[in-house]
Amino acid sequence: MNTPLIIADHIWVQVPTPGGVKVILEDVSLSLMPGKIMTLIGPNGAGKTTLLKVMLNLIPVSRGKLTRKSGLKIGYMPQKLDINPTLPMTVERLLSLGTPERTSKIQSQIDNCLKEVGAFALKHSRLTVLSGGEMQRVMLARALLISPDLLVLDEPMQGVDVLGQEELYQLIAKIRDNRGCSVLLVSHDLHLVMAASDEVVCLNTHVCCSGHPSKVSVDPSYQKLFVAPYKHDHDHLHAGGCVHD
Amino acid sequence: MIDLFFNTLVSKALLAGFGLALTTGPLGCFLVWRRMAFFGDALAHSSLLGIALGILLHIDMNIGIVAVCLLCATILAKTHSRQHLTADAWLGIISYSALALGFLALSKSGSNADLESYLFGDILTLRLRDIYWIYGCAVLVGLFFIWKWRELLLLTLDEELAQTAGVSVGFVRATFMIILAFTVAIALKAVGALLMPALLIMPAATAGRFARSPEKMALIAMGSAFLGISIGLLAAISFNTPSGATIVVSCLILFLGSIAWRGN
Repeated sequence: MNTPLIIADHIWVQVPTPGGVKVILEDVSLSLMPGKIMTLIGPNGAGKTTLLKVMLNLIPVSRGKLTRKSGLKIGYMPQKLDINPTLPMTVERLLSLGTPERTSKIQSQIDNCLKEVGAFALKHSRLTVLSGGEMQRVMLARALLISPDLLVLDEPMQGVDVLGQEELYQLIAKIRDNRGCSVLLVSHDLHLVMAASDEVVCLNTHVCCSGHPSKVSVDPSYQKLFVAPYKHDHDHLHAGGCVHD
Repeated sequence: MIDLFFNTLVSKALLAGFGLALTTGPLGCFLVWRRMAFFGDALAHSSLLGIALGILLHIDMNIGIVAVCLLCATILAKTHSRQHLTADAWLGIISYSALALGFLALSKSGSNADLESYLFGDILTLRLRDIYWIYGCAVLVGLFFIWKWRELLLLTLDEELAQTAGVSVGFVRATFMIILAFTVAIALKAVGALLMPALLIMPAATAGRFARSPEKMALIAMGSAFLGISIGLLAAISFNTPSGATIVVSCLILFLGSIAWRGN
């Protein structure tokens, strides 16, 4: 039961640039435990989305090892779906596209997932008329449709107003409680994250600090990244649990 | 006697037009949905180089066109990740290089090739062999769409989403390029290298105003393409105008009509 769903073991991601090699992820290690909500935070360009994509097997690692529990089912919600307005598609159709087989069960599953995220009324709406918050709920329903062991949400709060953000966090926490699935999410707003997460990983190319939100929020490296104006050139102290080499 | 000749000529062209519409309708929808209109443009222009290659190497012209289209598609895929020049600039470079090189090669090939018909097409000069190619391609495209429709739609929505849903993105994308290259080859003689993109884009744009689902949009685009070709063809004969250009203008009138009918 307590085997991690995903283990990242000293992974590096580097991309070639005209001037040499750019390091996007540097020696990142973490374990994603079942039933937990893990949040990745960090400034822009910290490699949050890259780390997410590595864990989804969308980007290969340059060094290190990524282990996924066999048969792991992942429901993925991308940062932003750039839907071309010329593509005529309803919410219902989008959801049915996400499932491999067309069975009679699928209709009731779609209804259930839409109800779970509070978007059932949108079932027959066209995607292009949805607001940011509505679209996020629909995409969340889509991710839930395969009964995932892990939900991966890339900046789910984008384009959602503050009130909606709190609701969405509560919804994510409720989904985790009801389904017992793990949640991995990326965010750069902090206070709302703190309450809902079991573990926060503060990323800035490397893992600056990680642990329970209450621990991370008092960590000097976290303070340096988010409380003080952003300046980061390896001059910070690392608190316990964070190892550098 | 003249009537009989006329009838065979027209019915052959209409038969070809129907086969073309079956292919360009749905394919054009995907070009519009995936924001690849200019990609289609570049491949169409590069077909001129394919013709020249066919003549110079004494191989079938259609094979030459498919080969050059695939080469250009590969180059564009490789340049896509280069950061010092954006994709649209690359499209322009490939598109006009292929056009210019094709033009040069054709002028030096020594054949008395009718350049105007390659650039602007003439559906009335199609031979039976061309019609076999058109229907062969229509079957190929149809089978591909039936087989990979769901995957293609997912890919169109979001490539990474498709990948996490188990779609083999590379394979579907490559196959899409191959059928696009074949479509360019068969449409060339009818509407020419310069006008062909219009036959892909305009019926799809017209259909977009009426459809509630991707499937309906593809079907309406087929109908709109066939209507455009038929009206253009008959108008070209009645008014003695170049058929390729007349077909494109008739597609344009259908598109404008759709705007007038459904509002902007």
